[in-house]
Amino acid sequence: MGRRYVSIWFQHLITDWCVIRRPALRQVPFVMVTPIRGRRVVTAASPPAQAEGITDGMTLADARALIPSLEVVDDKPGLADRLLKALAEWFVRYTPLAAIDAPDGLLLDATGCAHLWNGDAAYLADIEKRMAVAGYAVRTAMADTIGVAWAVARFGNEGSVILSGEQIKTLVSLPPTALRLEADVQERLRKLGIYRIEPLLSMPRAALRRRFGQLLLDRLDQATGHKEEFLEPVQPVLEWEERLSCLEPISTRTGIEIGLTRILETLCQKLQHAGKGLRKAEFQIYRIDGKVESVEVGTNRPSHHVAHLFKLLEEKIVLLEPGPGIELFVLQAPFVEESLPQQEILWEGTCHLEDTRLSELLDRLMGKLGSESIQRYLPAEHYWPERSLKKAMNLNECSEGEWMTGRTRPIHLLRTPERIEVSAPIPDYPPMLFRYKGKLHRVKKADGPERIEPEWWLEKGRHRDYYTVEDEEGGRYWIFRAGHYGDDQGSRWFLHGWFA
Amino acid sequence: MPVTKHDIIQQLQREILPLEGYKPIAQGKPLSLGLGAIEAAFPNQCFPTGSMHEFLAMCPEEAAATAGFTAAIAGKLMEKIGVCLWIGRKMEVFPRSLAEFGVGPERVIFITPNTELQVAWAMEEALKCEGLAAVVGHIRDIDLTASRRLQLAVEQSRVTGFMLRYQPRQTGPIAAVARWRIAPLPSRLEDGLPGVGFPRWQVELQKVRNGRPGKWSLEWSAGKFHVLLQQAPTATQEQKRKVV
Repeated sequence: MGRRYVSIWFQHLITDWCVIRRPALRQVPFVMVTPIRGRRVVTAASPPAQAEGITDGMTLADARALIPSLEVVDDKPGLADRLLKALAEWFVRYTPLAAIDAPDGLLLDATGCAHLWNGDAAYLADIEKRMAVAGYAVRTAMADTIGVAWAVARFGNEGSVILSGEQIKTLVSLPPTALRLEADVQERLRKLGIYRIEPLLSMPRAALRRRFGQLLLDRLDQATGHKEEFLEPVQPVLEWEERLSCLEPISTRTGIEIGLTRILETLCQKLQHAGKGLRKAEFQIYRIDGKVESVEVGTNRPSHHVAHLFKLLEEKIVLLEPGPGIELFVLQAPFVEESLPQQEILWEGTCHLEDTRLSELLDRLMGKLGSESIQRYLPAEHYWPERSLKKAMNLNECSEGEWMTGRTRPIHLLRTPERIEVSAPIPDYPPMLFRYKGKLHRVKKADGPERIEPEWWLEKGRHRDYYTVEDEEGGRYWIFRAGHYGDDQGSRWFLHGWFA
Repeated sequence: MPVTKHDIIQQLQREILPLEGYKPIAQGKPLSLGLGAIEAAFPNQCFPTGSMHEFLAMCPEEAAATAGFTAAIAGKLMEKIGVCLWIGRKMEVFPRSLAEFGVGPERVIFITPNTELQVAWAMEEALKCEGLAAVVGHIRDIDLTASRRLQLAVEQSRVTGFMLRYQPRQTGPIAAVARWRIAPLPSRLEDGLPGVGFPRWQVELQKVRNGRPGKWSLEWSAGKFHVLLQQAPTATQEQKRKVV
């Protein structure tokens, strides 16, 4: 299929935006000004002001001489760029590939899109109508090449839809300015009396290059389609994306659910064909008032299971506000991984860490509780108890080391050790009794000490001498003394955990 | 006539058992956890898997003993490949020490929700997942309705669930096949050797549905349970009245 491009020219981009914000300015001549080297220079003039002869680049004083009652609005730097970016993002409902065409236009790659609007003319008419409703004056054109679409949008007088293969026929009658040339080249062409593109097409290329530079030839080739030109879409195109536009604005939960199921089914089918599964899915809704809302879910394992993904996204639907209605659903999978078909288990036995049932359960829990609340631990090669664990990044990660089982560790470990009062008979002997939270424990049996040093390259601190003690009731505790016995700060004793 | 009446009661009991959550073991020999005399206290003389167990603990020492006992049972249920979920608001369990009770710590997934309500929700979701070896949840207070939901979930999925209740405010009846209470006992070493010995617990079955409550002393050593001595089951009746 041949490519089709649309060029949209905002004739009065900035002033239209001002009028939308302040409707009182509609009938009044006004200008946007910005200070340049101590002078206030007009950067944009509204249509009534232009009719009086005010042009961009004039100083405000000159403009005031023409219209004494001129309204003045301060221009903000970068306003046009920001406006165009927002508009380009809005145009995603017409095509996934929308690009900014500075300073006052947009370019759309409408290949394969127009038939959804019943043809090219209806497609452009819809754009123009909706822009007019929004308050922007636009001129649009559609052609096989970006160059011709751009030229016709700005300089064409008849018909905005250029049929396939009619680029040259259209170009001949247009002025050379329509070729997106630099100002000095335009000036030279004008001096030589070239007012139309037609003579350029028949001139020897070598002469053209020598006199006007390579750019002119490039532009000519791009317009006629001999040289390809690329768009830089505002939103990067994702390989895994599904979209579903609605005939009527949707605002009910049932409607959203139906839309979600439809696009999930198509996306999952594609993923399954490619042997891939998604790790992250983003569901976006485009509202008719131009707002975009989105929710995101993640999975622990590449998945293309429709029912499971639907369940994950279903819980997030409440976060979406349909407002006046939704006109487009988009489902993206920004993070996709290989998903090899699992070997079928012959008998439905206990599940492994690799089991999809487990990963689907964890996805559901993660959706509601957040990813931080699900942890799996692997051994880390440290003796310091707080550092002897590390969090596993995913379900597949295996431990490099082994769990140290040489010395027993308490089953309940306090996150931060708690102070206890102790009476120990002789230095480095286990204590005779200790008091924790007001309760006195008489030590009957004890093991230790086991000295654990804080790794000085990681943390400064005092070593700990751990004792395993058992009181007369059978409670087993892990207590330690920080530092040496009889330090000047006084030896401090802590309870760190309970043994089973 | 009395013989037939007895037969009828026997028959009825056999029919009622599955309704109460004791499913007959599907095939093969029943899984023995090595609990010896304690298993004999349950109907069918085997530890009821695929059902909910309730554990009470009143002090941190008991809580630690309960965690150890539960981990040991979960370890037997997980065997070599199974996966266990451990759910609680704050995680006190030190994963490394689970290895001492025959549980591969890397095969335990810890879930720490923020509220009690989320704990109950997460437990129910986890118990619905077929194939998990065990689900351990720290739930302080749970009412009959909520516990029945869990019981219904495990009846479908055959997952074994443990509710560890630390200092519960209410100890009214909930839907569980057994109520346990594990307390630490002083360890003993042979020949008066110095140091602390293997974990020893007093295991009390305060309530068993259709079984015999009782009290036992248990030691965990070398990856096995050792029942030390059994006290008369009748002695626990008074104890039970005192606790409830």
